[in-house]
Amino acid sequence: MAGAKEIRTQIKSIGNTQKITKAMEMVAASKMRRAKERMEATKPYAHKMKNVIGHLAMAHPEYKHPFLEERDAKRVGVIIISTDRGLCGGLNINLFKAAINALSEWEEHGVEIDLCLIGSKAEAFFKRMGNVVAAINHLGDTPHIEDLIGTVKVMLDAYYDGRIDSLYLVENEFINSMTQKPKVTKLIPVVSTEEKELEHYWDYLYEPDSKEVLDALLMRYIESLVYQGVVENIACEQSARMVAMKAASDNAGDLIDELKLVYNKARQAAITQEISEIVSGAAAVG
Amino acid sequence: MAMTMHIDIVSAEGEIYSGTAEEAFIPAEMGEIGVLPRHTPLIARLKPGEVRVKKEGSDDLESIFVSGGMVEIQPHVVTVLADTGIRAADIDEAKALEAKERAEEALKNQEDSIDYARAKAELIEATAQLALLKKMRKNLR
Repeated sequence: MAGAKEIRTQIKSIGNTQKITKAMEMVAASKMRRAKERMEATKPYAHKMKNVIGHLAMAHPEYKHPFLEERDAKRVGVIIISTDRGLCGGLNINLFKAAINALSEWEEHGVEIDLCLIGSKAEAFFKRMGNVVAAINHLGDTPHIEDLIGTVKVMLDAYYDGRIDSLYLVENEFINSMTQKPKVTKLIPVVSTEEKELEHYWDYLYEPDSKEVLDALLMRYIESLVYQGVVENIACEQSARMVAMKAASDNAGDLIDELKLVYNKARQAAITQEISEIVSGAAAVG
Repeated sequence: MAMTMHIDIVSAEGEIYSGTAEEAFIPAEMGEIGVLPRHTPLIARLKPGEVRVKKEGSDDLESIFVSGGMVEIQPHVVTVLADTGIRAADIDEAKALEAKERAEEALKNQEDSIDYARAKAELIEATAQLALLKKMRKNLR
């Protein structure tokens, strides 16, 4: 009967694992809902900002802010946003693959790379692969833009000083709770979306002056884009974790079902054997 | 009926206020400005302070604290892009330094792990050499 006992312990241990994965799934599901709401909440700011910058660019065609002008890329800065924790399926690995593809393409063209890593997974993965100039991790479930200012400033300063010629952001895009897609976007030079609808534009009064206003606006705009990426990444992380944990729970259920069959067979075999022993014993006595 | 304008106060972390107003007072960097509908287009930086909004059809002023940011004024739309924390050049600088330090720390750990990887590679090489030596010795005998 030893076999049956071992199987029973195994079933129990798988059952315990299943309980954990189920709990994680439910936690991730509720966190995902909140993360999605936060993601939506960040949208109006960047949208409004983009409008204002659009107006400004239209009103001042003669003044070119450094962030708006195209330079020859000899060295690029890359911000990579990852999660802090694992157990979220292939989310990070897919992102890193996309990042490595982009990086190796630049390297082929002799472009040097400065990395800025957000999240401890990216730090662990990329610290050996390039020149890391800034890093931050453990932002938590409710990140604040203040925590990101320093990290982004390092990259913006590098751009002002001419140490990098463009800045890219590698992030996960939240498509829906089942799909997340890695995405590489250019932050600087700011890709101007020439909207033709802005026909009746006007010039503003500036306080203190147009250059400083544009400086402050563009800095905040880039920061808000990175912040959006971080918030979106949290939504991605939670939904990827939810899906991964659901798969794990389902697999555990399948395993338990299979083991139960084996267990029942073993139990039945033991009973049959016992009966035949009794019967043959009785026959020998009789 | 009094003329009104639309006012939005948004921060990077979410929308703070949105509504129709008859009048608003905004803490611009160079002094508080009062905004009535059909104000001339203006963009200004803000200092920490309160934005006071006189809502449509009400005499009360609703005040919302902002810790800086920008305001864009168009004749019928006022948009306050609020910061969520106090910003100053030196505070930002300190934060940038922190980020750099974290990066250096990560790179320092990298040396450890590279050393580990190198040691491991050397160890494997040495064991392979030893195995080869042993084999050769056996053949010589």
